[in-house]
Amino acid sequence: MAPLLDLRDLKVYFPVSRGVIFRRHVGIVRAVDGVSFAIAPGETLGLVGESGCGKSTVARAILRLVSPTAGEILWDGEDLARAPAAVMRRRRRDLQMIFQDPYASLNPRMTVGDIVAEPLKTFRLAQGKALKEEVQRLMHLVGLNPRYIRRYPHEFSGGQRQRIGIARALALRPRLIVADEPVSALDVSIQAQILNLLMDLRQQFGLTYLFISHDLAVVRHVSNRIAVMYLGKIMEIAEADEIMAQPLHPYTQVLLSAVPIPDPVAERERRRIVAKGDLPSPLNPPAGCPFHTRCPFVMPHCKTTEPPLKEYNAAHLVACHLMELPREQLPSAYVDVRVTPAHV
Amino acid sequence: MTDLLEKGTSLWIDAWHRLRRNWMAVASGILVLFLAVAPYGFDAIDPARIGQMPSWRHWFGTDILGRDLLTRVLFGLRISLAVGVTATAVSLVIGVGWGGIAGLLGGKVDYIMMRFVDILYSLPYMFFVIILMTIFGRNIVLLFFALGAVQWLTMSRIVRGQVLSLKHKEFVEAARAVGLRRRTILVRHLLPNTLGPVIIYMTLTIPRIILEEAFLSFLGLGVQPPMASLGSLTSDGAQSMEIYPWLIIFPSVVLATLLFAINYLGDGLRDALDPRIRKE
Repeated sequence: MAPLLDLRDLKVYFPVSRGVIFRRHVGIVRAVDGVSFAIAPGETLGLVGESGCGKSTVARAILRLVSPTAGEILWDGEDLARAPAAVMRRRRRDLQMIFQDPYASLNPRMTVGDIVAEPLKTFRLAQGKALKEEVQRLMHLVGLNPRYIRRYPHEFSGGQRQRIGIARALALRPRLIVADEPVSALDVSIQAQILNLLMDLRQQFGLTYLFISHDLAVVRHVSNRIAVMYLGKIMEIAEADEIMAQPLHPYTQVLLSAVPIPDPVAERERRRIVAKGDLPSPLNPPAGCPFHTRCPFVMPHCKTTEPPLKEYNAAHLVACHLMELPREQLPSAYVDVRVTPAHV
Repeated sequence: MTDLLEKGTSLWIDAWHRLRRNWMAVASGILVLFLAVAPYGFDAIDPARIGQMPSWRHWFGTDILGRDLLTRVLFGLRISLAVGVTATAVSLVIGVGWGGIAGLLGGKVDYIMMRFVDILYSLPYMFFVIILMTIFGRNIVLLFFALGAVQWLTMSRIVRGQVLSLKHKEFVEAARAVGLRRRTILVRHLLPNTLGPVIIYMTLTIPRIILEEAFLSFLGLGVQPPMASLGSLTSDGAQSMEIYPWLIIFPSVVLATLLFAINYLGDGLRDALDPRIRKE
């Protein structure tokens, strides 16, 4: 099936400069540095990575909230990265976003009704009574009492506010919803409700999601495929079950081994692979493989040559030099994890 | 369907309901209105009663020309209020527009616009007003605008700062994701959220302008006799305060009360316009 959204070598760089009239370039933050992936219609792609790895920037670039530096964002075969403003404005009907912070993402001086109605008014999809009915229908759809249409955001809880954000994103009946950490600001009990709502809506409307999170447990719950991002690059991408059972990239293994197991016996047995040190600054990324400064299995040529993202198993892409080694030469700790899918 | 709805209203009607519950603000508002009606002609001279103490006939006494001080204070108050409100309105329009655009566009445009503000800041603004008044004549309407035109600088800085901090909030990104134009985002999402600080600053600007008008009147450039403003009455009173102390006491007490009332009204307005302050 032709992909709905196809990112090809997407790059988003932010120049860091000082001064306004006499601009001095201090450096470039490579927030997104050559990301490629495709999302098929009806699919949910989970994008995971730690804070600052550029996953939100990917989301914002797809919606053109930041301008891509290079690369293509193919939407139904049309490149949105270079689409003129007027074309992009029309396309926005198909692409909507759910934001992370349910407190910052709603204008405190607008009523819920006005917030949900805004997309409809912008595209002149409904007016007057029909508009109000549509807003109430949307509120009902996301599990909000339509009576509350005149209330202000501060009168709702975090979970309800996130529902308002979802109603706003759904108003235009988009085909793709980019959900940028939609539950990470919520209590765990509320997270489940919102995730279930998102999955219900996916089924009901045949939505396609790009689901961004730093929480693997959440991502694997909702995603068909998972992409792992590190320092602006994709490290590994595969079917959700596959990547959980057979994490090939050391970084993915690190992430997976950090997920606690809700069984005390198994939890005590859990083997942890720990990355050394901190995330390097994207202002000054390491040469070679971006993960080599923290990788438990680092090899000499990891520091000089960047591994390409290549397909190893079927539809399982990994960017790691270890993949080139014959099995018997792999570090023992690495093989261990690979053979024991452990808790997943 | 409609009867199932909670009763709801616009921001402004909501604000009015909230304002009404704040009795200090209401009392202040009534006082401000009340202070604007008067009994005698402001220039009616009674030669038989020059420099009289306060009495039942003339509550605030009379001045050295035999004019009723209460009437003159009330007339002066109107002029002072009119100057204060008009000049503040002028500074509000220019300041919010300038600061909003600078903050929204950012970058070089913002830099140039704000350096322009800095340059104006460095001019002695009273000097600027005095030049305006001497070139264009001592027109009271011009006085309103001249004072407003030098008061917008701080307002524009406040609004710019607010807009800069608001424009990267997620609700603004959400508006962009829906495809709203920048102008609409500014008017619908950014400026309404700057209301709090803007109103506070407005209530500080009105008293300041009233005082500045008093200073101009003192220099003979403001309101011209026989008209009066609270400022000119106070400065006249100051010249003869040893002999006729009521000539300075009453205008200054009224001026202080007015400024106090305006501040309370402003506080009440700010709270009323903020939906986060719960309606009970």
